[in-house]
Amino acid sequence: MVNYIIRRLLLLPVLLFGVTLLIFGMLQFLSPVERSALYIRDIPKNEKAVEGVIKRYGLDQPLYVQYWRWLVGHIDPVTDERKGGILFGDFGYSRVGSQPVADLIKQRFPNTVDLALWAVAPIIFVGIWLGVQAAVHHNGFIDQAGRIFSIIGTSFPTFVFGLMVLMIFYANLRWFPPSRLSDWASQAVYEESFHRYTTLLTFDSLLNGRFDIFLDALRHMFLPILTLSYISWATFLRVTRSSMLETLRQEYVTTARAKGLPERDVIYKHAQPNAMIPVITYAGFQVVLLLGGVVITETVFNYPGIGSAAADAARQLDVVTVLGFALFNGLIIIVANLIVDVMYAFIDPRVRLS
Amino acid sequence: MADKTTGVFDHTQLIEAAPTRKIGWFERFLGPDNYRVLIGLLKTPASIIGTILILFFVIIAIAAPWIAPPINPNEPYKIPRDGFKSDPRPMGAEWNVRPPPLPFWWKAVMKTDKWVHLMGVSEGQYDIFYGVIWGVRTAFKTGLVVTISTLLIGVLVGSISAYYGGAVDNIIMRIVDVFLTLPFILAALIMAAVLTPKIGRSLIPAILALITFGWMVYARIIRGDILSVKERDYVMAARVIGVKDGRILFRHILPNAIFPTMVLASLAIGDVVLSFAALSFLGIGTQIGYADWGQLLSFARNWITDLSTYWYIVVWPGMTLVLFVLGWNLIGDALRDVLDPRMRGRS
Repeated sequence: MVNYIIRRLLLLPVLLFGVTLLIFGMLQFLSPVERSALYIRDIPKNEKAVEGVIKRYGLDQPLYVQYWRWLVGHIDPVTDERKGGILFGDFGYSRVGSQPVADLIKQRFPNTVDLALWAVAPIIFVGIWLGVQAAVHHNGFIDQAGRIFSIIGTSFPTFVFGLMVLMIFYANLRWFPPSRLSDWASQAVYEESFHRYTTLLTFDSLLNGRFDIFLDALRHMFLPILTLSYISWATFLRVTRSSMLETLRQEYVTTARAKGLPERDVIYKHAQPNAMIPVITYAGFQVVLLLGGVVITETVFNYPGIGSAAADAARQLDVVTVLGFALFNGLIIIVANLIVDVMYAFIDPRVRLS
Repeated sequence: MADKTTGVFDHTQLIEAAPTRKIGWFERFLGPDNYRVLIGLLKTPASIIGTILILFFVIIAIAAPWIAPPINPNEPYKIPRDGFKSDPRPMGAEWNVRPPPLPFWWKAVMKTDKWVHLMGVSEGQYDIFYGVIWGVRTAFKTGLVVTISTLLIGVLVGSISAYYGGAVDNIIMRIVDVFLTLPFILAALIMAAVLTPKIGRSLIPAILALITFGWMVYARIIRGDILSVKERDYVMAARVIGVKDGRILFRHILPNAIFPTMVLASLAIGDVVLSFAALSFLGIGTQIGYADWGQLLSFARNWITDLSTYWYIVVWPGMTLVLFVLGWNLIGDALRDVLDPRMRGRS
């Protein structure tokens, strides 16, 4: 077991290296002039500056030279100090965010974590409950309705559902607005008296005793969570249902019933825990996806998380930001996948012993 | 029950107990497994609905030039614009500036000469009806091109990896892992964004992006299937006889391993169209004014607060997209249900 974890951890830098190489490779499609656009505002006006920028940032050097430079930075000939370099923690400067990339990530990631945290509980618990009910009342009304719901849910793209939900609940009813906080709450959050203990707005507002900000934040998060949930429930239902159906067919379930156990115990104490094994792995993947920043949902609802920041950066070809985000994202996904795998081995003794 | 007098085995009682079934030429051609799959497919209500939906869309795609005639037959995918004002106009608004030719059925049904915006007009005065109808063609084009390409690439890479095994397998699977680590939308976004300055805004950057990050799924699956088939007796027998590797791969292994992959491919067409629409919605993908559903939906982004009045910008393209994907998902789901006991049979 420990060997397994160590082996996976050793693979981590290799995968990250591969990911960065891939993105770097993609970005090399752009010519040096196009890449220098990152540093110069208005190229036609400042044509002479383009040459200088290309020389200074080494934009016309061969691929491996540029990659190495990005990795370990370069020594500034004037001040003789090392500038840049991922391995030294300098992710570079983001034009899209007008701040260093590391700061941009620090600013945006807590929002995504907030959303993920509040979305996880509804997604997993309601999804599992729906699946179990569908399996237990096999071919009954809940099952059929659930299957239709599942099929339609997987056909609905996030942004269409998001737009429709915005249309009904925001444009028509004005109940749940998009974005992060209302204006008055945003101002309150930046005041001196508001201490950021966890950098997560919802928990911070609770810890500060500001219940109104907490409710406001939740109100704004309701629609994105609903959108994410609906689409996840569709797949959760299917996975849980098939797993539960298969478990209910096992012999020990028949034995339990023959023993005279109440049906409630048979289902929830014996069958369901065993049926949860493949579901847990799937739930883990869902959380991983959420943490990665759901690009489309965040863009539709104008939610300031890393997903929308990455989308903005990609669209404006902000090379540095994109690389930084991809690296960060890759790190999260690999670590989270590792945790999921370890959890899986932990829960299912058969995997551990094999 | 040997007949003691003649010493010949009497078959009649056996035949009466288990009468043989007439097997038609079609069943013989497809093989018993595949034939059962096809029949199962035709009987499930889900797949019937799915097939009807897809047929419906095929008809619309073919008949597009007659349902919504283009202004310029050489550029049918450019949505005609009724002027350049930025406010969207409601359904039924009249067409004022340079209307395209009337569809043949309009005069007969509505008895007037004035063409009207059947589904309203979005910001920039783009006709939504036109976009939705020609968007069906775009959806089929992109869905089929991307799915077939990813299928071919994935099957090729997966086959090579599984068949040769060892170091080759390891390296290829690590590469697949690297590709899979990036979140799909982000990676496709970057690639499309990078290719757009080079190729110009058209379908191609988005298609290439989707292909580049879509083949890994098939590679993994076909590799798993081939690995399980590789150890079977008939493969070993073929090798012993001296059949060359490539021939074994293509004529014996692949035909058996490819069925579940095709199930996924049919489901994938829906997914590809969704992803393509997402890319267009985010602003990478087709140019503004191209007949594509994601494009049309991106027009709604600026009008979120007034969506109750301008609901048609979202509902028409959105619902068409959902129905299209639903059709493919229903067919793919039915296929998967039918194949499940068969797939479960092999570990």
